[in-house]
Amino acid sequence: MSGCLDIKGLSAVLPNGARVLRSVSLTVQPGEVRALVGESGAGKSMIGKALLGVLPPIVRIVDGSIALEGVDLGGLSPKKRRTMIGEKTALIPQDPLTALNPSRRVGPQMTDRLTKILGWESARADARIRQLLDEVRIRDPDRVMRAYPHELSGGMRQRVLIAAAFAAEPRLIVADEPTTALDVTVQKQILRLIADMQRERGTAILFITHDLGVVAKISQNVSVLYAGKVVEEADTEALFAAPGHAYTKALMLATPSYTDPLASLKPVDEAVLAGLASEIALADRDWDALHG
Amino acid sequence: MAEPLFSVRGLKVALPDMARKPLIGRAPKIEILKGLDFGLPRESVTGIVGESGSGKSTLGRALVRLIEPTGGTVNFDGRDITHLPERELKPLRRNLQMIFQDPMSSLNPRRTIGAIIAAPLKQNGMGDDLKDRIAQALKRVGLPEGFAARYRHELSGGQRQRVGIARVLALSPTFVLADEIVSGLDVSTQAQILTLLEKLADEMGLTVAFISHDLSVVRRLCRQVIVMREGVIVEAGQTDALFADPQESYTRDLIAAIPLPVFDPHWLDR
Repeated sequence: MSGCLDIKGLSAVLPNGARVLRSVSLTVQPGEVRALVGESGAGKSMIGKALLGVLPPIVRIVDGSIALEGVDLGGLSPKKRRTMIGEKTALIPQDPLTALNPSRRVGPQMTDRLTKILGWESARADARIRQLLDEVRIRDPDRVMRAYPHELSGGMRQRVLIAAAFAAEPRLIVADEPTTALDVTVQKQILRLIADMQRERGTAILFITHDLGVVAKISQNVSVLYAGKVVEEADTEALFAAPGHAYTKALMLATPSYTDPLASLKPVDEAVLAGLASEIALADRDWDALHG
Repeated sequence: MAEPLFSVRGLKVALPDMARKPLIGRAPKIEILKGLDFGLPRESVTGIVGESGSGKSTLGRALVRLIEPTGGTVNFDGRDITHLPERELKPLRRNLQMIFQDPMSSLNPRRTIGAIIAAPLKQNGMGDDLKDRIAQALKRVGLPEGFAARYRHELSGGQRQRVGIARVLALSPTFVLADEIVSGLDVSTQAQILTLLEKLADEMGLTVAFISHDLSVVRRLCRQVIVMREGVIVEAGQTDALFADPQESYTRDLIAAIPLPVFDPHWLDR
């Protein structure tokens, strides 16, 4: 059975031959929230960008496939692929301030996607955005749509982008560290909002984060990424009950926790890093055998 | 018990509100800190927590006198430094140090790490035996001596923050302000930097004000906590007691909003 998103054996390199993704496979079922967790440089955002078709030009995919609802994106013409990605997916970015154009009002930026990419009439797009702003609990949609990004608070801007992401009823949303820049209390509100809207509509979410605390609260399944390789995959409950990979366990012990402070903030053990290095070397040997 | 290193009474800070500045003329003042009373005990790490806009960074900057308070008094080591002019502050500066949030922007890209560590030593009359001092400073933060010849861009985020710490600790200061020093780092790097700071603060008997938005980190690292909101102190006390029995609903909300790394699908609905 095919999922909402199926990534199979995805490998990517930089021009100097450095490997950024090492045969990554992951599936997101309809209505599922899958967390993609890893440290900076692990390739989390690269996977999100690959499936949204916005990889930086220097990153070259050398192997593997990405399918949305069973349709292999590699088999489509560039134009068809863009349309398909535009219709079925959306992005909630990390930093709403850089994602929004500072010199344009918020409203037109939100309707743009609907009118310009999906060809909606502007009245319909306008009505939909208003409805979504109401859903993300923005009490004064008219004021917000007329506002410039800097006139809104961080939490408010993130609400605006969540509304925009859900506006065209995508099947899959890539949420790329959507709460990293927010205070804890606002983070909780935003996470809850994303979860509520996702459950109501059955939208699948690929939730990219470095925070295992967030993973534990929002996802049903997890893929742990290290150096562009999925080192562990599990359902969230099982992962936190008994992490299978030494690296996952080390990440958990490094994560601060106020309930058990002395057992938290432990630096990752040298032995774990050495184990990871040999695992990556092994993966690279398989790669070389395959690609010569 | 010894008298605290810092005694602060009725501290007020007002800064120009640039958002409301007219085209011509002065910006109106906005009160950031609205009368704070607290002390920082010697040789101890005190956490200052609060959400963005709570005034915690402004408070830190008033302590090291990067900002001159508009009201109240700041006593440092028995001396009133509230309105001390820069000339008289200069000899105290060595003991009022600061580790910055973002080592990428606080380390000069065009100078070697060695030169970066040397500059404040020279400024504070510790220019003798520079080479030894630099080597010792690097060693203390777990970096090889050879790093003195490197540049900022050749270092990882964690190594850069180690340099930030080395530069400050080479001066053997009494007080160190650490303002969100791990917020840009990965969890594993964050754990390394914080355990390093914990160890060095203990070994060198430093008094540290640790500003953070992360209560879990503060719980682990700090003996006392000050919780701030909108320019006032909501609650302050010993860390253990404050976490065991927070008195204010704001503190309880802040603690409850932390997502712990424990599976809980119902947490979002609470």
